[in-house]
Amino acid sequence: MKRLGPHLLTPIISFVVLLTLWQGLVMALALKPFVLPAPSLIFQTLLHDRHLLGASALVTLRTTLEALGLATLGAVGLALLFSQSPGLARALFPIAVIIQVTPIIAIAPLLLIYLSTHAAVLLAAFLVAFFPLLAASAQGLGAVDPGLADLFALSGASRWQELWLLRLPTMLPWFLGGFRVAGGLALIGAIVAELAAGASGAGSGLATVIVVSGFQLNIPRMYAALVLISLMGIALFSATSLLARWLLRHRPEGRQQSWA
Amino acid sequence: MSAPTPLVALEDVALSFESGSPVLQGVNLSVAPGEFVALVGASGCGKSTLLRVMAGLQQPSSGKVLRPQGRSSIALVFQDATLMPWASAFDNVALPLRLAHTAQAPRKSQVMAALAQVGLADRAQARPHELSGGMKMRVALARALVVEPKLLLLDEPFAALDEITRLRLSDDLSALQARLGMGVVFVTHAVSESVALADRVLVMARTPGRIMAEFKIDAAHPRGSAFRQIAEFLAMSAQVSASLRQTLQAGDDL
Repeated sequence: MKRLGPHLLTPIISFVVLLTLWQGLVMALALKPFVLPAPSLIFQTLLHDRHLLGASALVTLRTTLEALGLATLGAVGLALLFSQSPGLARALFPIAVIIQVTPIIAIAPLLLIYLSTHAAVLLAAFLVAFFPLLAASAQGLGAVDPGLADLFALSGASRWQELWLLRLPTMLPWFLGGFRVAGGLALIGAIVAELAAGASGAGSGLATVIVVSGFQLNIPRMYAALVLISLMGIALFSATSLLARWLLRHRPEGRQQSWA
Repeated sequence: MSAPTPLVALEDVALSFESGSPVLQGVNLSVAPGEFVALVGASGCGKSTLLRVMAGLQQPSSGKVLRPQGRSSIALVFQDATLMPWASAFDNVALPLRLAHTAQAPRKSQVMAALAQVGLADRAQARPHELSGGMKMRVALARALVVEPKLLLLDEPFAALDEITRLRLSDDLSALQARLGMGVVFVTHAVSESVALADRVLVMARTPGRIMAEFKIDAAHPRGSAFRQIAEFLAMSAQVSASLRQTLQAGDDL
């Protein structure tokens, strides 16, 4: 707790200061809610619209977690294939790079044409989360200590033993680094695709709430949805960081894990 | 009476890089059971490569290598301890047994016995980052000894350690070898270490790597630190050093 104290306290203080300044600015300039709602009004909206916002938040969270899970399975599986077959890595890695460098905002409308809204949003979130996990896993699988690899060879280890006892444990810190990034990216991918879906009148996630509220000039609700998205991002990052800390608790890397 | 069957024998072994540049040439070497052989030579003379050829981790370009058969007959210790950072000292030592599918109960007693041999029975649950450099090397030694190998290959195992730890581990290694009786090939660039430990010291020259001279050290094991003070040790060290200097000069003339 002593170590966590300053890590938590400093951002909380700066956040409270920011909110106070915001509230003071809105009150001092008597700004209308449709120009800039005060934090107190956003909080009231969160309470008032809790059923609508809560249901939408659950849709976005579910999509994000599903995409993260699928991206993890796909990326680790493909990285394992790459480690066993360099030819396959040469053939497929460029395709993964092309998907990664093409902005998801450009891909999402196309996905919505070919797939159902849920499938399109899920695939968009998957595509964004997939590459960092693939790159980190592939790098981790290749980072095996050559001396340990020699030791396994000398001991007559099977491929399965080498994978399970050497390559996967070596990969773990690399994978977790990618996982922390991918958690946030999956949320971004889901939000972007939901925005595209919302613009076409479909979808039911938080980004759709933002789009629809914008049409209705319900600016406080837009902010309230934005607050929930931010909280979801923070929760995802914290959860992945805690998971990394716990899984690496016996390693030097685990003690170096930070919140920043 | 005929000579005992060697543990490992190399006949006219040569090895070249893919580019064609030779690393080893005309290496003939045999190690008898229970014998301690030291390989000394300048950096880049192919000592470590020769060790890898003996272990079967690298195939020679030509020549013949006879080595003990069986997955646990050869053990190798590297310059770095090469421990799994995520595993405890116990699990690191247990690794060769686990790979050989040894049952859990005998595995535990064998691992604890190996850790006790290197004086680390009380640190079985420690992770590598909680151990000093000397302790990590002891764990690596225990991991090599746990399979009771016929042949122990050591590639400059004490090079990264401070002088005091190095001397202590050398004495421990000498005592362990005397007790367990396995054949040892010890690569080092420290002449005094080679003379203090080995029954035979082989001096290697470089470009390409080959054995240039051989010295027999007739003294019983374990020798202990007192051996380093006697005239015989100092005289033999001087001879090996002179031979090493000659090989270096010969290399410079090439």
